[in-house]
Amino acid sequence: MIPFMIDGQSVEGKEDGNVLEVALDAGIDIPHLCYHESVKSYGACRLCLVEVVRRGRSRMTTSCTYPVLEGIEVLTRTDKVLRARRMIIELILAMCPGDKLIQDMAREMGVHEVRFKQEDKDCILCGLCARVCEEVVGASAIQFAFRGDRREMIPPFLGEAMNCIACGACVVACPVDVVRMKEQGDERTILRWKRTLKMKQCKICGNYFAPWFQLEKFKEQAKLPKDFFDVCYTCRS
Amino acid sequence: MEIQTKADLEKMREKGLKSLFPGTTKISVGMATCGLSTGAGKVYEAIQKEMEKGKLPIQLNQTGCIGFCQREPVVDILEPGKPRVFYQGVPPERSVELVHQWLENKVVEDLLLCKMESEEWIVEGTVKDYPIRRIPSGIDGTPHYHQVPFYSKQLKIALRNCGFINPDRIDEYVARGGYFSLYKALFEMKPEEIIEEVKRSGLRGRGGAGFPTGDKWASCQKSKGDRKFILCNADEGDPGAYMDRSILEGDPHSVIEGMIIGAYTIGAHEGFIYVRDEYPLAIQKLGIALREAEEVGLLGKNILGSGFSLKINLFRGGGAFVCGESTALMASIEGKVGEPRAKHIHTTESGVWDSPSNLNNVETWNNIPIILSRGADWYSRIGTDRSKGTKVFSVVGKVNNTGLVEVPMGITLREIVYDIGGGIPDGKKFKAVQTGGPSGGCIPESLIDLSVDYDRLTEAGSMMGSGGMIVMDESTCMVDVAKYFMNFLKDESCGKCTSCREGTKRMHEILTEISEGRGKPEHLDLLEELGWVTAEASLCQLGGTAPNPVLSTLRYFREEYQEHIINKRCPAKVCRALLQYRILSDVCTMCGRCAKVCPEKAITGKRKTKKEKGEPFEIDTEKCIKCGMCFETCKFEAVEVQ
Repeated sequence: MIPFMIDGQSVEGKEDGNVLEVALDAGIDIPHLCYHESVKSYGACRLCLVEVVRRGRSRMTTSCTYPVLEGIEVLTRTDKVLRARRMIIELILAMCPGDKLIQDMAREMGVHEVRFKQEDKDCILCGLCARVCEEVVGASAIQFAFRGDRREMIPPFLGEAMNCIACGACVVACPVDVVRMKEQGDERTILRWKRTLKMKQCKICGNYFAPWFQLEKFKEQAKLPKDFFDVCYTCRS
Repeated sequence: MEIQTKADLEKMREKGLKSLFPGTTKISVGMATCGLSTGAGKVYEAIQKEMEKGKLPIQLNQTGCIGFCQREPVVDILEPGKPRVFYQGVPPERSVELVHQWLENKVVEDLLLCKMESEEWIVEGTVKDYPIRRIPSGIDGTPHYHQVPFYSKQLKIALRNCGFINPDRIDEYVARGGYFSLYKALFEMKPEEIIEEVKRSGLRGRGGAGFPTGDKWASCQKSKGDRKFILCNADEGDPGAYMDRSILEGDPHSVIEGMIIGAYTIGAHEGFIYVRDEYPLAIQKLGIALREAEEVGLLGKNILGSGFSLKINLFRGGGAFVCGESTALMASIEGKVGEPRAKHIHTTESGVWDSPSNLNNVETWNNIPIILSRGADWYSRIGTDRSKGTKVFSVVGKVNNTGLVEVPMGITLREIVYDIGGGIPDGKKFKAVQTGGPSGGCIPESLIDLSVDYDRLTEAGSMMGSGGMIVMDESTCMVDVAKYFMNFLKDESCGKCTSCREGTKRMHEILTEISEGRGKPEHLDLLEELGWVTAEASLCQLGGTAPNPVLSTLRYFREEYQEHIINKRCPAKVCRALLQYRILSDVCTMCGRCAKVCPEKAITGKRKTKKEKGEPFEIDTEKCIKCGMCFETCKFEAVEVQ
């Protein structure tokens, strides 16, 4: 375990850990949007900015990507950091004025007015949905496309999300709750990717419990017997 | 022919010398992109046809860019016993005239650029005099190459071979000293000694950041890993910059030789040249050069019999400015989207495929062979304290002599713009020079005696960048310049991080408001605030330097912004929405031409005829779209633009 300081407090972190995870563990609140412990740090939202003093030099950097290093001094609430964070949240709010989480975070940070023309986007481009889909689920069904302010999260070539198994991980991962799932009859739809899959019915309780496509994928990857998913998880236990 | 020993290399040098000086008249046409775009291809064809028709005793040759792009197509004629002559701006229909006049020992005076009576071979530090026995008539008034103002203050190190060799011929490259530095590196120097020499030379990265090259090599050489990569950044993306393109088109072997030396030093056996896909001729020339080098054993397995092997692959760029950023470039090579990542771990430790990778710019690689052949002492005597050597600049914009200019660091901007560049055309007044592309800034008239060097330019709020130098005059609007660069950056931002994506977008939005007459006083503070966040919070240097064009124009031309915001006026008469077209009633001759050409029928009045007295014409400003047709059409200068 490697010792260092955050806001004058002694902390320690694992060798390949990052500053943000150590701070959160120690109860130090650093705002963040695109960081999640289940996936690799991405460094996109820029909210988790901190000042790190190392070898006498200070630099402002994202705490989610900064590695745990011995003897560094991390400052999470300097004037510089707060000024930057306020502008960032104002920019995100200007982009997605309707997102409740962003509104709350802005209010908390003391940002009460938006000095830019408001757009009406909902996705904050944090990438968590795609990162979870790739790193945790292994489906890689959606990805960022286009560049700059035309960047958006879409299924391949704006077509069908052919790899999507409608597991709902992206729904859970989205911090602003703009990826939603709907179940109706024997169909489950991940609305944002317009992916509708037919669900399989349990032989015992008769509930529609998971999409056929998903279960076939699991059987194939884990080399399970053909009838493995004839009975749902609940009935099996 | 396989080159296995130094004697073999010498043999190739002899072959190359015979090709450079064939003993008969040799005509070379500059066929780089600048030449081709002005008709050099047609010039070449015309001469070729004439040669075949008359079975003339001439050798026709293609060469790269000799730098004076304003005067392309450039044709040079070299005949043993005579001075070498360079022609400029040769129209294809007169190229045959040049040939026939030469055969009669005459020159075509109105197309002459200069003459040359010796050549400097800078890799070896020798001068080759041409033995002069006969002088063509008409040549007396022509200046020597070194007397031409465009060339007299230049020092060609990186551009040493451009315009003087056929880039498709490896033997000509060898004849002028090429690949002998590679020999020296492989057989007479240890990697540590090469690093020492590069460090002592003071060479700093020519791609823009100016990081000390020796230090980068040292850190990559020390990194642990059995697979290391040598990389060349040929993604030259700055608008207006084409130095690397000219080197790749005119002297590709200089880059290859540099890379092999670098690979040997750090211990890499695989490499990539990442060329932007928008440079088809450079890609073609590199392909030819790589193949030739492999065929003769100067690249590939067991180079020159040293036991060292290296394979260099050509990789075509993803098609985005951001792919020139080191980590984005490496992601692109790996087949991923060109998006940068945080650089807490340097690419010299973990780059492509998590392996130690050494990435340098085209011009940086090109400088390596000459540092090894002439030595660090010689190299470090050129330039300033902390900026050694020369730099190639693309001098473009409102300047008389546009082209590629290579000068020792420390020369002043005034010398570049006025002595080399020939000053501002049409008697207009110099306003600013933009350096460093979209990451750089504008230097105003008050600082025109600034020394060109990495640190001086950064202190003034700009940067050296890759070498783009855009000269601006009184007809350039600085708000428009900032808007142009911000538009470029907003489009090229990869979009990953909030600060760059939203920052560039909003800065562009505000600049558009200002240029369209909707500027507000608080906009200037907001621009500075946005600029600060974009620079401080962004993940890579695209965002990190994006505010520079805005911040530097605000620093030196704040009054111009104020004029746009407060008085809704564009002093340079560029921002369309702020222009007012007006007909001066006392000058108007009532001919009616303006009304005829107006696309919006916004001009009314009565034509003066033999019968009618006529009434002065007037422009309805509500309908006026400021196209300027009336201004262009009026023969009496009765239309005023404000």
